[in-house]
Amino acid sequence: MTGPAPAANGFAMPRPGGGGAAGNPAGGAAGNTAGNSGPDRGEVRAGGAGPAGGAGPAGGGQPLAADAVVELSSQQQALRIAAILSQLDREFVGLAPVKERVREIAALLQVDRLRGRYGLSCARPNLHMCFTGSPGTGKTTLALYMGRLLAELGYLRKGQLVSVTRDDLVGQYVGHTAPKTKEVLKRAMGGVLLIDEAYYLYRPDNERDYGQEAIEILLQFMEAHRDDLVVILAGYANRMEVFFRSNPGMGSRIAHHIDFPDFSLDELMQIADLMLAQQEYRLSPEARDAFREYIGLRMGQPRYANARSIRNAIERLRLRQAGRLVAAGGRVGRDDVIEISAADVRGSRVFSGGAGVASGAGRSGPGPREPVPGSGFGSGS
Amino acid sequence: MRITQGTFSYLPDLTTDEIRAQVQYAIDQGWAVAVEFTDDPHPRNVLWEMWGLPMFEISDASAAMHEITACQQAWPDHYIKVSAYDATLGRQTTALSFIVNRPGHEPGFRLDRQEVADRQIRYSLHAYATDRPAGERYASSNGSP
Repeated sequence: MTGPAPAANGFAMPRPGGGGAAGNPAGGAAGNTAGNSGPDRGEVRAGGAGPAGGAGPAGGGQPLAADAVVELSSQQQALRIAAILSQLDREFVGLAPVKERVREIAALLQVDRLRGRYGLSCARPNLHMCFTGSPGTGKTTLALYMGRLLAELGYLRKGQLVSVTRDDLVGQYVGHTAPKTKEVLKRAMGGVLLIDEAYYLYRPDNERDYGQEAIEILLQFMEAHRDDLVVILAGYANRMEVFFRSNPGMGSRIAHHIDFPDFSLDELMQIADLMLAQQEYRLSPEARDAFREYIGLRMGQPRYANARSIRNAIERLRLRQAGRLVAAGGRVGRDDVIEISAADVRGSRVFSGGAGVASGAGRSGPGPREPVPGSGFGSGS
Repeated sequence: MRITQGTFSYLPDLTTDEIRAQVQYAIDQGWAVAVEFTDDPHPRNVLWEMWGLPMFEISDASAAMHEITACQQAWPDHYIKVSAYDATLGRQTTALSFIVNRPGHEPGFRLDRQEVADRQIRYSLHAYATDRPAGERYASSNGSP
């Protein structure tokens, strides 16, 4: 209960900005949080809260005189943004072009806010985005960060992430789609709506498909509620291209097209280290070499999904480690339960050319060439 | 005669920003916000028409504001109220409800006296607005969609 302190009767007028301190509902999923609700959160709230809607980001901060000079990096808000960006650097391995783009967007929004304080025009930028890339390259995770970042910058009031696929938007019978889509959009308002594999919304082979209706409502909301909602479409690059070609209205309303490159072997190793460190496991030196070899093999096999494959591989490593320890019996120390041995890694079917269909591979998502409709909910991208 | 039902009804009409702030407060408390409308101003008329379903999963007031605006556009001369339902076990009741839209002219009520047995008198309130059929009760409301 961090909302505005209610008066005795419980129905006090909330102070503007008081509600913002209620915490970020999306923040929990990504591990630690980088100070997402400062005491003066109210100052960075979206200026577009007025009835007219299009007030832009001018609401935050005191107005500045024309000859005033501001130290950009010393503003408290800038410090918090820097904290989020450095977290992005820490927790996202590789993805240099993506980070560069996020940095640019953050800078633009920061400067826009300053322009607003000088009384200059600062039309709210179009923030709808499109993330393309192979599975497991961090699209959903980045969307989560995007929500937090935009909330920090005051462009979103909450910054929560609502992740949906075609099934959540498109209805099954006439008149079912519109309420369903609107329901989802309302849930996402104040935050980010991530539509995974957005191209499934449009089915060119069936002209009476309800997906078109969902797209129309989506477009309408993207235009009318630009202040309240950021829509991010995610999916494979080539299919997304086809989708935009057949829905030019959608393509033109999305300003930021960000392409996620595949990870290199070294980056995957870094990711593995990061994941293991988070779960408080350790690879023995031999196991490390073996795991490197494992990743090299796994990359060439079907249903390879970048970081997600690594996550699943680590799950299986844990299984095999536990199995080994229990089977061996006897006395076990702290180091034994932390360390993963080479045998645990070598036990994988990948080494015997098992096409990576080891246990749990079903969760590793569709491969780049063979996407499965609707399988991406929650775990997509 | 100005109807005073629900919270804030003795205050001047809330502005859009004030409504938004109230709705955000309700959402932050975990209450489900619903929009209701009616053209029968009788104080005992508590079950108004629902405008869509209650909004259970929203986290920002702008979603509710979208529905309130839509309802105001559809029924500009009706009473519209926002209610917030607290589903917490043990409370399970409306926690907050306030009027966000009212007709331009509210004709008010008259007191009806009915003589019954033994020269007793029964009193009832009669809203002038309800003399006309539902949907055409307020002079300026000519268009119900």
